[in-house]
Amino acid sequence: MIESSENSSSEEIKIIKDATCTFCGCVCDDIDLKVQGHKILEAKRACVLGNGWFLNHGVDTRPDCFIEGRPAPVEEGIERAAQILSRARYPLIYGLSDTTTEAQRVAVAIADWIGGNIDTTTSVCHGPSGMAFQGVGEVTCSLGEVRNRGDMIIFWGSNPAESHPRHFTKYSLMPKGMFLPNGRKDRTCVIVDVRKTKSARAADIFIQIKPRKDFEALWTLRALAQGIDLDPVEVEEETGNPLSLWQDLMDRMKAAKFGVIFFGMGLTMTRGKHANSEALLALTRDMNRYTRFVCKPNRGHGNVTGADNVVSWRTGYPFGVNLARGYPRFNPGEYTAADVLARGEADAAMIIASDPMANFSQPARQHLASIPYVALDPKDTPTARSAAVTFTVATYGINVPGTVYRMDDVPIPLRPAFESSHPSDLEILQGIERRVRELNRQMIRADS
Amino acid sequence: MFETVYAVVTEEFILIPGRTSRQGVGISEGKFESSYQEEIQSLQMAPSDMQRLDLKKGDRVRLTSEDGQIEVCIIPARTDELPAGLLFIAYGDLSSRLMGGDTHGSGMPTSKGIDVQLEVLKSA
Repeated sequence: MIESSENSSSEEIKIIKDATCTFCGCVCDDIDLKVQGHKILEAKRACVLGNGWFLNHGVDTRPDCFIEGRPAPVEEGIERAAQILSRARYPLIYGLSDTTTEAQRVAVAIADWIGGNIDTTTSVCHGPSGMAFQGVGEVTCSLGEVRNRGDMIIFWGSNPAESHPRHFTKYSLMPKGMFLPNGRKDRTCVIVDVRKTKSARAADIFIQIKPRKDFEALWTLRALAQGIDLDPVEVEEETGNPLSLWQDLMDRMKAAKFGVIFFGMGLTMTRGKHANSEALLALTRDMNRYTRFVCKPNRGHGNVTGADNVVSWRTGYPFGVNLARGYPRFNPGEYTAADVLARGEADAAMIIASDPMANFSQPARQHLASIPYVALDPKDTPTARSAAVTFTVATYGINVPGTVYRMDDVPIPLRPAFESSHPSDLEILQGIERRVRELNRQMIRADS
Repeated sequence: MFETVYAVVTEEFILIPGRTSRQGVGISEGKFESSYQEEIQSLQMAPSDMQRLDLKKGDRVRLTSEDGQIEVCIIPARTDELPAGLLFIAYGDLSSRLMGGDTHGSGMPTSKGIDVQLEVLKSA
């Protein structure tokens, strides 16, 4: 909804009601934006990260396209990008967690046409959880159910006070829900972490475990759920906490009416990775013998959940998919971007809305720097700077409409604040897809 | 000036890279801006470790993992946020330089709980 008013300056001030913030996986869709021209003056109800997001995405004055660092027309960039991807023997398409679902869909199509590898930033955040979902399953629910029913909220290896600042107030701790009329007073909050983070201040119980001992702590809880006797000395030595503390936690978990475990990258990025996530999913499943219990990964980027959904619709797998044989193959460790690059396998790439040149291992970065690649990003980043073809694109949610998925797989529409002079990811990807298909047809004709 | 440096103490620590609000806001402000760069180059240490190693805010240290090496400035962690022996740094270019390329068949490099050798650097 848009309301308009005039102020003393020449440009009209618009109010965009219920705009959607796409910085993190909370995807808060209740933000009121005060917009003047190409600037957002105020983002009402946004958190510190949302404010940073909305107030720092004006229209970038850089050219729409660079080829080898020099400004170039968009059409030339699309042609060069299509040539790079079509000629490659093992092209990689990677990123996608900060763009619309509509653009993600086209990116998967391009990967299919070029017989490439497609992976998203999921592989380096909750990819191990994605593997665990396939092994154990996920007992889950929407954030609305958490808000209305969750009376025991556990955060494991997750620090929402820094990474998802409105999580507590909008979904998990503070709201007065249908079955929790007193809000925070009706809930018990437990935080399990190796650090006493800012989030720990919000907890009723904080449990500090030894680094790299998440699996052992979760397995202790699984044993206690089933009433198995454990050696107190061994438990304390392994987890850093006495058995009595874990028993107390288990008693509280069994007494809860609707328990929720939110877990973060404290589990997935630490030694054990998918085994840690599997332990947590198995514990959640076990708890349903006694009461209702669910779990949810706290997802980082605004549409990383959308990336999982779209890649799953189109290929049957959520990330790390290879299409070289004309049908999808899924194998984390083989087809995931961090591996394909670090092993020096990809010979071309397209990076959409992510920054592996700043966030990947050195061998992966060195290889990416050595191959021709295309980058799409609204901002100037190390990845955008080193690309053979760079597109400066409009920002999703601020300039570009479309759909994103909240961390609980609920699709949310975007309500942009103002138009950008830059093209959207979707427009660039559609242009590349068209040209890739033409080149494919030409190659088929030349072969016959 | 730190043109010539030498290590005065070497100790083993466990490093936890992670998200901070300032780092998150810095991504939106721009990765080449000073706020983001300052945040990703600051290493948080438990005050008790700082006292034991005779370190003060702004002192430089070198971290070496199996896979890389970085130099960063020390800042004290908030009160009891970090136990002794644990270090924290915001995700970014520097923290990623300490990761290995091997993902052990998971697609995810070990990015938290990294064993590091810490050397305190002093100018000559």
